[in-house]
Amino acid sequence: MPTFEYAPAPESSAIVDIQPSYGLFIDGEMVDPIDGSRFKTVNPATEEVLSEVAAAGPRDVDRAVTAARAAYQSTWSQLPGRERGKYLFRLARLVQERARELAVLESIDNGKPIRESRDVDLPLVAAHFFYYAGWADKLGYAGVGPDPRPLGVAAQVIPWNFPLLMLAWKIAPALAAGNTVVLKPAETTPLTALAFADICRQADLPPGVANILTGAGETGQALVEHPGVDKVAFTGSTEVGRAIARSVAGSRKKVTLELGGKAANVVFDDAPIDQAVEGIVNGIFFNQGHVCCAGSRLLVQESIADELLDRLKRRLATLRLGDPLDKNTDIGAINSSAQLDRIRELSHAGELEGAERWSPPCDLPDRGWWFPPTVFTGVTQAHRIAREEIFGPVLSVLTFRTPAEALEKANNTPYGLSAGVWTDKGSRILWMAQRLRAGVVWANTFNRFDPTSPFGGYKESGYGREGGRHGLEAYLDV
Amino acid sequence: MTATAPSPTGTVEDLADAVASTSTLRRFLHGLPGVDQVGVEARAAGLATRSVKTTAKQFALDLAVRMVDLTTLEGQDTPGKVRALCAKGRRPDPTDPSCPAVAAICVYGDMVETAVDALDGSDVKVAAVATAFPSGRAPLDIKLEDVRAAVDAGADEIDMVIDRGAFLAGRYLDVHDEIVATKEACGDAHLKVILETGELATYDNVRRASWLAMLAGADVIKTSTGKVSPAATLPVTLVMLEAVRDFRGQTGRLVGVKAAGGIRAAKDAVRYLVMVNETCGDDWLTPDAFRFGASSLLNDLLMQRQKLATGRYAGPDYFTLD
Repeated sequence: MPTFEYAPAPESSAIVDIQPSYGLFIDGEMVDPIDGSRFKTVNPATEEVLSEVAAAGPRDVDRAVTAARAAYQSTWSQLPGRERGKYLFRLARLVQERARELAVLESIDNGKPIRESRDVDLPLVAAHFFYYAGWADKLGYAGVGPDPRPLGVAAQVIPWNFPLLMLAWKIAPALAAGNTVVLKPAETTPLTALAFADICRQADLPPGVANILTGAGETGQALVEHPGVDKVAFTGSTEVGRAIARSVAGSRKKVTLELGGKAANVVFDDAPIDQAVEGIVNGIFFNQGHVCCAGSRLLVQESIADELLDRLKRRLATLRLGDPLDKNTDIGAINSSAQLDRIRELSHAGELEGAERWSPPCDLPDRGWWFPPTVFTGVTQAHRIAREEIFGPVLSVLTFRTPAEALEKANNTPYGLSAGVWTDKGSRILWMAQRLRAGVVWANTFNRFDPTSPFGGYKESGYGREGGRHGLEAYLDV
Repeated sequence: MTATAPSPTGTVEDLADAVASTSTLRRFLHGLPGVDQVGVEARAAGLATRSVKTTAKQFALDLAVRMVDLTTLEGQDTPGKVRALCAKGRRPDPTDPSCPAVAAICVYGDMVETAVDALDGSDVKVAAVATAFPSGRAPLDIKLEDVRAAVDAGADEIDMVIDRGAFLAGRYLDVHDEIVATKEACGDAHLKVILETGELATYDNVRRASWLAMLAGADVIKTSTGKVSPAATLPVTLVMLEAVRDFRGQTGRLVGVKAAGGIRAAKDAVRYLVMVNETCGDDWLTPDAFRFGASSLLNDLLMQRQKLATGRYAGPDYFTLD
């Protein structure tokens, strides 16, 4: 009997026009870097070079900050909120109009499946711009004081896991509040930010209001340490976040940091089991696990552990790994070889420490960087794979007997970004949510995002909130 | 890649205790894991984004044609209309000999003889709705007589309705016993049990009703009569597919699923097949284990088949209306 094999259904990449090289977006124009250095950005699914982008040096950073300051003083802070809102609405609509192109570009540069960039990233990007556009003329009603003022120039450094979405999380509230920005996209995923630069020009955004500097860690460091910056916003690793906190300590700069996580996804024995399985899959295998709030630790009540794992494994066998541009791909490519090495290293450590490793039968493509969905059982709190952020499609499974034990294990981590609770019992959800030390607690769902909802961490997962009214406060002098 | 069934953990007999009394049955059904509405609807919507193209589409369209229970259940049905439907069921696309026949013709009990005659010599089955379809509101002996009459007239399959009133009132054992009695009256005929999910109010109830019907011996569990809105939906069918998959895992017995009512577009049919594929796997991708109860769906399947083969759409007038 023939089986139902899905034929390839690739999204066409003809819609994107990647230039052989890109400059820096400063003061409304694409300019070459002063010292002329460049680096390559690569398609992680094929290892093919996509384009050469500029690496901004200290003098480029200075140019961009100066342009942002001038734009802040001469135009953006002088505009009524209603006018700023118009620009943001325009950006939101342009993002929607170019959504398909941006989604394809994101999948090519990042390696994430088109299904996710199309159905999750891009709709959320537009939603963030729409949401904060609405706030631009209502800042006095955001609950942060009667006449909040913008801070000035914001330096924003974003990661590679959700390139355009993180850009939206940073730029939309900053501009709505009346700040101007200099944003540095991640080294490995600059292309959608550069496409956004084009959207800024299309929207006739006044020059200098949004500046985009590509580059690596040194560019980011020069940017956050620049004396002309009033606000620093960073999303990325806890290690870099610490360095940023050190470098701006004692300065007048306001800082928000959104860092790593090692979220617990807690499944009680009365959970809706099939939906819990979906939630676990979505929690750790969404975006190849490159999610700071990923549910990387599964805490399951021991009475249903075997049944849940059987169901989870059966479900994982249906995941489709491969070409990120195929509309039926569930798991795409790992963003960089450095990240792949880290995932491999930690998975190897998990085996050495005695946890049992399992992956579904899964063919990996010959070229590109790939890692199969992986589950570790028999994990204990002491194992590295239960403590360190892997940032890959690797799930560590632990069991618990009582709610108190679940809570203790869930909170026993230096991180505190997110957590999930699965149970049919409403009172237990509230009991857990009050005690979990995590910025977001999802109940009977996972990895759900909305621009109206604040997002941010406890402990080493950072400080400050993005999204919602709280996200505005981070860009206002209140 | 498709889901594969693990070897069963027990047999149907192991579950005999569950139906020993009203209280054990209630405890069993209420002990099934709950269904989260938001989660199941999100999963069904996620599966509906699968892109089925070229060879996969060809496979799915042909399979869907073979799974159709071509149905007419109107007060104004005539023997002539039933004969026309049977002719269509045998050869859905007279211009294309490669087009497979449908699975069955589904009619009211009084039309069974006509259908049996018209389908003589073909593999197309005759299905009859019975047990005071669609409401199920008649005394048990009359319902059973309804079933026996249809079977005596030559029906291969019986589509019964459950007593939703008894189910919603918590009289699970009454519902169970009625299905058992109907199954007995069916003899060799296959029994499809219609849950009428549009009246069951919650997905938890759909899961419980599915297990109840399977415990009572249903060969197939079916979403709807088609007379109540909403009829079949993707999430409801997903809950039922999970139930038959789990029942198979626990007892080794394969129970089929029939999605009936409201499925009109070939695109929707393909979405159901994707869901069957990724929830239950190959074993359910046959007309024995999955059916569509439909009438207008068939023409859209034929139209899409033709489009796939020729690259052009023919107008609706080129497909027979029955």
